Amino acid sequence: MRDESFTERRTIRIVVNGVEAEREVGVRKLLADFIREDLSLTGTHLGCEHGVCGACTVILDGQSVRSCLMLAVQAEGCALETVEGLASDGKLSPLQEAFREEHALQCGFCTSGFLMTARELLKDEPNPDEQQVREVISGNLCRCTGYANIVSAIMRAAATRGVK
Amino acid sequence: MRMLAEQPDAKILAGGQSLMPMLNLRVAAPAALVDINRVAELSFIEVDGGEIRIGAMTRHRALETSPEIRAALPILARGALEIGHLAIRNRGTIGGSLVHADPAAEWPLLAVLLDAKLVARSTHGARTIAAREFFPGPLTSAIEPDEILTEIRFPILPAATRFGFAEICRRRGDFAIVAVACAIGFDSRNHCVSAEISIGGANPTPMIAAAAGATLKSTNEANAIEAAAEMAAAAADPSSDIHASAEFRRRLVRVLTERALRQCFDTAQVEEALDA
Repeated sequence: MRDESFTERRTIRIVVNGVEAEREVGVRKLLADFIREDLSLTGTHLGCEHGVCGACTVILDGQSVRSCLMLAVQAEGCALETVEGLASDGKLSPLQEAFREEHALQCGFCTSGFLMTARELLKDEPNPDEQQVREVISGNLCRCTGYANIVSAIMRAAATRGVK
Repeated sequence: MRMLAEQPDAKILAGGQSLMPMLNLRVAAPAALVDINRVAELSFIEVDGGEIRIGAMTRHRALETSPEIRAALPILARGALEIGHLAIRNRGTIGGSLVHADPAAEWPLLAVLLDAKLVARSTHGARTIAAREFFPGPLTSAIEPDEILTEIRFPILPAATRFGFAEICRRRGDFAIVAVACAIGFDSRNHCVSAEISIGGANPTPMIAAAAGATLKSTNEANAIEAAAEMAAAAADPSSDIHASAEFRRRLVRVLTERALRQCFDTAQVEEALDA
């Protein structure tokens, strides 16, 4: 039984950043590795690989999830949003623009996880206070910025979103 | 269930927020995974007479935001909010947390506080296990390898019950070093008539501070809270690890028990003043 499971593959269909995709994938493959290797979307990063650092956070059916803690086959039939889906026509989204304006990143490794986490927050709560922002990003680690500029960027995005 | 019966080394994959890290870190290597994420019958919240029935696959976030839970047993929503981070609560489940049985986790703490009933099923049928008998040791539950936890039933306490909750962790969303939950019942004269206190993170399994609860009954005196907190700390038997020394944990038991109790008694005093 075990030997078969090493090689068993299944076909999954998912909507990736609004576009339908069908791929055959090993049943043991993590969603994060599937996103990076099979979908060639390398903006999603893998940090700790056990759910602590938040770098691999993506949006699945409207909710943020750790893509390192799911198997790719579990995403069958779901709508997946990755950081590549934020910008459109080469133009940064208001959230990304705010991160740039506020210097909310340095090395950039954690950034896609922060952006996707903030995206869920702003979707549910368009006018968060600073405390809410800090609570929501508590699950994402950044070793460069000290977080202050990330908080400012998310607050800025909330303030400017209506203007776009 | 048939797969669990036939393959004793199979593991159930619920929200995956404990099992997937264990797989990624190679500390678990089950022969097969049984993914129950799409078993819709295991995900529900129902207020049923004097109980709240919760399907084992119900995710923390659903419990945190459920209007039924907030109205009937708000301590459950309060506890759910303390679990992990948003992305963890979006996936993790109440049943997974209970069966994983981390001694510092919120669901074991609350299940023991309220002595919830846990329903386990296998190909042989169903049985109900009391939460206070569900945790034989750390990271160990009473669930047999061929069983699946399907449902958790929390008793709805009388409306005059007040709840307290206090925990300390290094970073918001991390596992608590120590967590304390309490449920205090009051009579019409605002006298304490029942007091349950559960403590997580101090002992190998969630502990009930029975003697501390007993001293609180039929009293509203402030010094009873301090005495109860001292008794809870004396009853705890913490050990030292990388996160905290035994001495620090015992101190946290005292401080957090006092904080959790004050949340109940201060409200009582405020309402007493409003009534007067």
